[in-house]
Amino acid sequence: MSADPIDGVEEGPAWWDHEAGPVVRPYMVTGGRVRPVTVDFDLITYLVATATLAADTPSPEHQAILALTQEPRAVAEVASRVDLPLGVVRVLLCDLLSDGLIARYDPPPTDHLPNVETLQAVIHGLRAL
Amino acid sequence: MDSVRSDTAPVPQALKILVAGGFGAGKTTLVGAVSEIAPLRTEEVLTTAGVGTDDTTGVATKTTTTVAMDFGRITINPSLVLYLFGTPGQNRFWFLWDELATGALGAVVLADTRRLADSFAAIDYFEQRNTPFVIAVNCFDNDQRYTAEQVREALDVDGHVPVLLTDARDRMSVKNVLITLVEHVLTMVRSSVPA
Repeated sequence: MSADPIDGVEEGPAWWDHEAGPVVRPYMVTGGRVRPVTVDFDLITYLVATATLAADTPSPEHQAILALTQEPRAVAEVASRVDLPLGVVRVLLCDLLSDGLIARYDPPPTDHLPNVETLQAVIHGLRAL
Repeated sequence: MDSVRSDTAPVPQALKILVAGGFGAGKTTLVGAVSEIAPLRTEEVLTTAGVGTDDTTGVATKTTTTVAMDFGRITINPSLVLYLFGTPGQNRFWFLWDELATGALGAVVLADTRRLADSFAAIDYFEQRNTPFVIAVNCFDNDQRYTAEQVREALDVDGHVPVLLTDARDRMSVKNVLITLVEHVLTMVRSSVPA
């Protein structure tokens, strides 16, 4: 430490708000759990809350996810909007799933490309943009 | 509780397209040009044990890295939504690419002619995974020094892989890249249908 505490304020840039970094380390909100217990969630798995906001939801973060998923939303979008790392969000989603508060809708099986009709619909939709 | 949800919109089918390319190639710009929302950012926090350390004290060296992925969304119709994911630029995050590429419709490799070698890794990756891809050469500030054919030769890609010039800032240009990719996928799907 070069600053002398008696001299008072240390020179240098101050960090405020986001620049100061997270106040709580990311995995604090999961109670230290780092991976979903049972299932994984693809980035484009859709989530829909099966209930309106539950008063006894475990944490504000769980509440935030339930609030967001009153409309169908993809996992990546939920993570981005609650501003938590994907890994953290996946653990929280697992909680909500096991509590029956949320439903998941997975994308089609990964080893198949979409069918001709779907691809034609995508091309048509892109042309119309 | 079933009745609670009965009035809500149906859940659409989601598809994803990856946008790969070297650092600074314009991935997020491209996503933003066609996305209906301002590109969102999702992050993954990685904790990795230090590599190459000969630590005998039992105290492992750990580093925490945040890897960001930017993405956008295009609603094709009420039952079909397309997500565009920019892949992390650094090659050392390959395992995140695996997650992204799983189930992807296809990929756009965004190439910068000033640094063509930056796109080699992405091309190799998609070739080996059999993920359909197109190469979009980002022409910065109308700096169109090479033709698509010259770039194809330089990158040594198969003749069936579309190579096209684009401007990642231009909506119509990017739209054309995506249409070319999906048409390429359509061709592959049709040719793989058993006789």
